[in-house]
Amino acid sequence: MLSRVANSIYWMSRYIERAENVARFISVNLNLLLDMPTEEGKHWKPLVMTTGDHEFFEKQDPEYSQDAVIRFLTFDRDYPNSIIRCLLAARENARSIREIISSEMWEHLNNFYLELTSEQSVRMAFKDPHRFFKIIQMRSHLFTGLMDCTMSHGEAWNFARIGMMMERADKTSRILDVKYFMLLPQASLVNAPIDHIQWMAVLKSASAFEMFRKQHHNITPHKVADFLIFDNQFPRSIKHCINKANICLHRITGTPRGAAMNPVEKRLGRILADLEFTDIQDVIDTGMHEYLDNLQNRINGVGAAIGTSFFNIMPDSTSAKQEQ
Amino acid sequence: METFKTYDPEAYYDELINVDGTPRPGAKLLIDKIESLPEGDLTLRQKEAEALLLKMGITFNVYGREEGTEKIFPFDLIPRIVSKQDWQQIESGLKQRIYALNLFLQDIYNDKKILKDKVVPEDLILSSKTYRRECEGFTPPRGIWCHVTGTDLVRDSDGGFFVLEDNLRCPSGVSYVLENRQVLKRTFPQVFQASRVRPVDEYPGKLLEMLEYLAADGIESPTIGVLTPGIYNSAYFEHSFLSQQMGVELVEGRDLVVSDGFVHMLTTKGLQRVDVLYRRIDDDFIDPSVFRPDSLLGVKGLIDVYKSGRIAMANAPGTGIADDKVIYAYVPEIIKYYTGEEAILPNVPTYICGIESDRQYVLAHLDELVVKAANESGGYGMLIGPHASKEERAEFAKKIEAEPRNYMAQPTISLSRVPTIIDGKIEGRHVDLRPYILYGEDIYVQPGGLTRVALTKGSLVVNSSQGGGSKDTWVV
Repeated sequence: MLSRVANSIYWMSRYIERAENVARFISVNLNLLLDMPTEEGKHWKPLVMTTGDHEFFEKQDPEYSQDAVIRFLTFDRDYPNSIIRCLLAARENARSIREIISSEMWEHLNNFYLELTSEQSVRMAFKDPHRFFKIIQMRSHLFTGLMDCTMSHGEAWNFARIGMMMERADKTSRILDVKYFMLLPQASLVNAPIDHIQWMAVLKSASAFEMFRKQHHNITPHKVADFLIFDNQFPRSIKHCINKANICLHRITGTPRGAAMNPVEKRLGRILADLEFTDIQDVIDTGMHEYLDNLQNRINGVGAAIGTSFFNIMPDSTSAKQEQ
Repeated sequence: METFKTYDPEAYYDELINVDGTPRPGAKLLIDKIESLPEGDLTLRQKEAEALLLKMGITFNVYGREEGTEKIFPFDLIPRIVSKQDWQQIESGLKQRIYALNLFLQDIYNDKKILKDKVVPEDLILSSKTYRRECEGFTPPRGIWCHVTGTDLVRDSDGGFFVLEDNLRCPSGVSYVLENRQVLKRTFPQVFQASRVRPVDEYPGKLLEMLEYLAADGIESPTIGVLTPGIYNSAYFEHSFLSQQMGVELVEGRDLVVSDGFVHMLTTKGLQRVDVLYRRIDDDFIDPSVFRPDSLLGVKGLIDVYKSGRIAMANAPGTGIADDKVIYAYVPEIIKYYTGEEAILPNVPTYICGIESDRQYVLAHLDELVVKAANESGGYGMLIGPHASKEERAEFAKKIEAEPRNYMAQPTISLSRVPTIIDGKIEGRHVDLRPYILYGEDIYVQPGGLTRVALTKGSLVVNSSQGGGSKDTWVV
């Protein structure tokens, strides 16, 4: 398939996943506020911290009010990771490959974006945000479902899945990193109900609360981290995402699993092996932040390698030929 | 009221209604159906159709506005109906015209007989911006230059058809023909069936056959690509649609490279050779090493590969000379020169500003004439005398005197009209007709074509970039 097409479908699905994650983070925060003392700004700042773009935010708005954060993360056309910009990018990518994806996917995504730009959407986002962000999440799920059911699971689909899994792994690691940093000092001091609620919120940010309960019953910071990093079956755990991306990659290249022929396979294989032979105690010993920071860098490295190996091959450069 | 009871065709030729108010042959079923609908139903169906087009993303971008401005191409539910007799004249006339123009292209780039015989002035050809010296001495695969044509036809108040423009470069709009038909079939299924409308859906299949026919001998299943300028092009939807319908690759210039004397696509598994390109990029932009060096849309070295016969292209570079609006005036003689026949479809009378006597006439009658620049399209660079202000006419007169070669003029034609839904009422609006012609192993004319309609009352400009819409065209 065309390199440009592979690139577009990969980013299309990454952007949709990104938009969904932003919507879920906002949703969870809104729910959290219902159980919290009313110190508004205090609870919206961490959300922007999770994105890593707090400097961008502060340039425009010094106050972390609910409306300002929602506006920034949802509708800000100057901020490249806002929901509207993610959907715009997803749609532009989809448009450039609409002959590759199914028309159901295209029509849904087109409509998803167009409705988000309508006045009713903006009104609903501020008046009834719970409902609004739920709708955003459900539309993303619907897109994923349509992709699964209406598009052949060939090369293009596998690139889309890799995009989705890489984005998801990145977001899970970020939410864990930020929350762990903020909550841990308090958690080790007291076991007040408010911490309990906060840790539940961390799980809910990854839609992981119920599945966590089935596995671990009582909530401790270590168990939460263990679940979100190492669980084999939970679809948003980092290990699960890396594993699924690896499977899709090997389907594309035809390299047997366990072997590695190109830089992407090598990098992804190494991350996976590390995840398999590391446990939560090793992570604590290394330091949670150090571990996650390193992991995020390596995940980004995979993204870069995908770019050079599959999306920008140069016909006359020998290194590119070797990568093939 | 959406009714024909109060409909007035006025002094124009109406495509559906006779002068006495009765339906023309073939239009009765449709008109009876519309009359039988409950009040407001037609407008409702119209709105549903528009919502469907937006949802499907069938939009075009308008140049000169904010990047990414999207509009649906306005679509009117009431179809234009073309009788069998009219269609026979159109079809045979177009086949004759395209056949002759193809011979003309082959001749002027090779033996130049028609120039030596002084049927067409040589300096007119050589001075045209769209004459490509790079094509001299070249014969394209299978001897075909203009593979895809969209000829603009108009009908005047006496009911006769004329050719208004030959579009031999990258004519667009055929995807609207196919989509409009889908919508109309859903809207008027019974009428559609009972009227025995000729199908238009064969077009993508015919286009594919034509492109396959161009591939070099010995290539069993050629790799074919539609070359698009990308998603910001106004016809991007169509490029994507056609490649999807044909099941071929949609490529941009940056997806292609020339290597080892062939054109290749950059794929995730390395280079893959391309055998045929249906290019939707103008000559100027197609190869920066030959034409405009600043083009980012094209493929460097493509023309070399093409001239060595290692890739086929539709349409061939250089066809633009035959749709130069001044050359147009000579097409009836061109037809006669190569076929010995009179043109079946006449031209609109044309004054060539490069000729002294014609120019004097044009300058003296600017208020009656439509003046066009030789190489513009999409309704840009033209003056509609009767609708222009005194200042606009004076300004245009200066342009003509500065560069007479670049202009021609025609009398304003009272274009025929078709009943159209306007604010819940049915009113007459002016239309033209663009049928699509494919030149491969034989010449195919898609039965129907794009009927473009000027939605503004009294307007004669049907271009989508100037507020025009479209209608389905039924050949019955």
